Amino acid sequence: MIGFAFLMLPLVALLIRAPWSGLGSLLSNSEVLTALRLSIECATAATLASLILGVPLAWMLARIHLPGMGLLRALVTLPLVLPPVVGGIALLLALGRRGVVGRYLDQWFGLTLPFTTAGVIVAETFVAMPFLVVTVEGALRSADRDLEEAAVTLGASRTTVFGRITLPLIAPSLLAGSVLCWARALGEFGATITFAGNLPGTTQTMPLKIYNAFETDPEAATALSLVLLLVAVIILAALRDRWLRGSPSA
Amino acid sequence: MSGADRAGTHRPPTSAALAVNGSVELGTFRLDIDLAVGAGEVLGVLGPNGAGKTTLLRALAGLTMLTTGQIALDGERLDDCAADIFVPSDQRPIGVVFQNYRLFPHLTVRDNIAFAPRCRRTGRRESRAIAQRWMDRLGLSELSGRKPAELSGGQAQRVALARALAADPGLLLLDEPLAALDARTKLEVRAELRRHLADFPGPTLLVTHDPLEAMVMTDRLVVIESGQIVQQGPPAEVARRPATQYVARVVGLNLYRGTRDATGKVALDAGGTLIASGLLDLNDQATNGAAPTGRVLVAIRPTAIAMHTTRPEHSSPRNVWQGTVTGLELLTDRVRAEINGAPPALVDITPDAVADLDLANGRPIWLSAKATDIDVYRDPA
Amino acid sequence: MHRHFVAVIALTAALALASGCSSSTKSSQQSTPAGGGTSSTAAVSGTVNVFAASSLTEAFTTIATQFEAANPGVKIKLNFGASSDLANSINQGAPADVFASASPKNMQQVNDAGGASASTNFVKNFMEIAVPPNNPAGITGVADLAKKGVKVALCAAQVPCGKTAAQVFTNAKITVKPVTLEQNVKSTLTKVELGEVDAGVVYVTDVRAAGSKVKGIVIPAHLDASTEYPIAALTKAAHSAGAKAFVAYVLSPAAQTVLAAAGFEKP
Repeated sequence: MIGFAFLMLPLVALLIRAPWSGLGSLLSNSEVLTALRLSIECATAATLASLILGVPLAWMLARIHLPGMGLLRALVTLPLVLPPVVGGIALLLALGRRGVVGRYLDQWFGLTLPFTTAGVIVAETFVAMPFLVVTVEGALRSADRDLEEAAVTLGASRTTVFGRITLPLIAPSLLAGSVLCWARALGEFGATITFAGNLPGTTQTMPLKIYNAFETDPEAATALSLVLLLVAVIILAALRDRWLRGSPSA
Repeated sequence: MSGADRAGTHRPPTSAALAVNGSVELGTFRLDIDLAVGAGEVLGVLGPNGAGKTTLLRALAGLTMLTTGQIALDGERLDDCAADIFVPSDQRPIGVVFQNYRLFPHLTVRDNIAFAPRCRRTGRRESRAIAQRWMDRLGLSELSGRKPAELSGGQAQRVALARALAADPGLLLLDEPLAALDARTKLEVRAELRRHLADFPGPTLLVTHDPLEAMVMTDRLVVIESGQIVQQGPPAEVARRPATQYVARVVGLNLYRGTRDATGKVALDAGGTLIASGLLDLNDQATNGAAPTGRVLVAIRPTAIAMHTTRPEHSSPRNVWQGTVTGLELLTDRVRAEINGAPPALVDITPDAVADLDLANGRPIWLSAKATDIDVYRDPA
Repeated sequence: MHRHFVAVIALTAALALASGCSSSTKSSQQSTPAGGGTSSTAAVSGTVNVFAASSLTEAFTTIATQFEAANPGVKIKLNFGASSDLANSINQGAPADVFASASPKNMQQVNDAGGASASTNFVKNFMEIAVPPNNPAGITGVADLAKKGVKVALCAAQVPCGKTAAQVFTNAKITVKPVTLEQNVKSTLTKVELGEVDAGVVYVTDVRAAGSKVKGIVIPAHLDASTEYPIAALTKAAHSAGAKAFVAYVLSPAAQTVLAAAGFEKP
């Protein structure tokens, strides 16, 4: 109960202090809407990128047994415990214009990630993907291998097994992982500001906007925080409902 | 299938539909197997837990590789270590009914059954037609839209069978198909399954540790213990003349090893002597139908042993020995007494006899058995 | 990492300097008890928390060590950040004794909230263009910053360096489209040092502090803008005497020499 109170108190404070009267005008502020839209777009793109990169990785971690796999697993979860700002610096050193890999992206393809929306997505993916990987890996690990075996005896190829048996079986975890990943990406601040910088309309997501606003207009920052809180709550609630309904055979 | 062109010219020496000869090593465990199953024949594989029954089934299903030897089905090699042939499970013409059925929980009954046809790239509509045919045959049509979680045990068993048969397999493998069912359902499903197995034209392997299942459902039995085949033959034969303590126990017989001399006396390894003149082994070429001498097995039904509080003086039985009651267990309509003596024995008596004899643990007791009720046969070991 | 690295190096250098310094002052103090210690202020002690603008990092680190050497028993704890950020923290109740802001506006915020009563402008800082040493975009003047394809990092508008840079662009009658608006002047400089941007508009003092890691392009005086740095001992200071002593020291010729060496000008 104390734990719950501890978690809820700051959120309640946010609700109490929110400038409710000014909320309407704030929400119609185009800069706020831009930041909000950018946040949602980037978080969604980062989640998709995490699915594409993370699911095969999770499969590998869960199913391939090689020495050193434990270390690999630990490394994958590193961004979970790393301060995001460190992640941002690391990304800058890797993918920045003078970065280890980034310099070639720049030289060969004229591609620079920092200060671009793509950079925001990269930073968010870096920080949020481990949430998806860890969740999906756990599901794959505990998934019923017997069912996959049964499918094989019925003539299913590896890909058929994965597509028709494994994936549907881990669907709830996949969804849960995606939601976690999305939520983490939505709230990403440290890696984003370090790697992608801060420019309204391009790289200024809601958390950055809130941070900036806090220095000049704390009231506006409070209101913006409230908006982000509401968006997160609504989407988590909606998804939670859907996946609870989706699996009656619990 | 895919292995046909590779293996087509190499027919295995046997005409059996399924021929297995080889071994599987898993860590320290080793399974040695040499058996053949004819088309339409149901071979029961009986053995205690950990004997290697499931390993055999997995080797046939292509889920485990042979360490040595080969597996051939209808002349096509599925596994041949020497020739480096291994047809993976998804390309073998097999149907497997797993112990807990392993129905896909997210698919309906119909989609479960249509799974194998779909895997063979049969169109969706035709796959469903195939599934429909099997549902009709197994009386599952009304359940077609249900998910496995909404099925009873017996229904799930039928769906598992239909799913395996819908693959149109050349070999049917069943792993403890009735073990997950309660006693009442088991009775119904057993008869039904027997019927469906009789309709299956290919060889069938039925793995079980339930002796009744093995007796009722199979044409022939193979008993495996610790990775070795210890006995094989028709179920009735195996039940009558168990070759090992395990088989004797599951068919409910007292079994002793011993040495029989020319006078007909058998000196038992467990202590004591018995005179046996029961069922002769008419197939035994060496003795020409007479009881064998040398190493023999002696089998006595628990009901063929009588109990007395004092030494029976004027009774006809030749075999009389003394023992102590070490245990009493109530079976459905009788009591099984465990007697420690030379030899030890399980004896079945009626509950009122227990009262008459005033049986209790530790009570000394006299046992007797007619020589004609004691079977003696050559020890195959 | 880079930025921290720079800070660590600066700090280490300053400490090394200070330890050499202090040992000599200490010994001189021991031999002549009526030295600098008594002449500057009355004896003070305790820890003084100084919140200072990022651009003061190097100068104040040196000044603090000198002050500590001159006033044994006083420990100066420095906290650098964007002035807007610091002002905000102070108003939220952060334990600060002295506030040195890079703009009168942020000092005014603290004043308005009752955190400070009187402040003194102690230095003035002009802007300069910082470019990576190889100057990839070939920047020669302010006008180049408005060119297409030139990546420019600026401080965010609410940070003093961002405001002052904006004044420069107004003076030059150009519009600069930055790729990023950084939270404080040091992170703007870092982006230049890392070569992630072609140019950044920062303080003269920052270019000087960065040494060979960046190249400075001077902004002509008629276009340049400056910001004044006010300092104040805060009303809620837990160590009022120490705070006042430190402010007095910053205004003293000794500290002014350090500030001038860092590139600051007299207000």
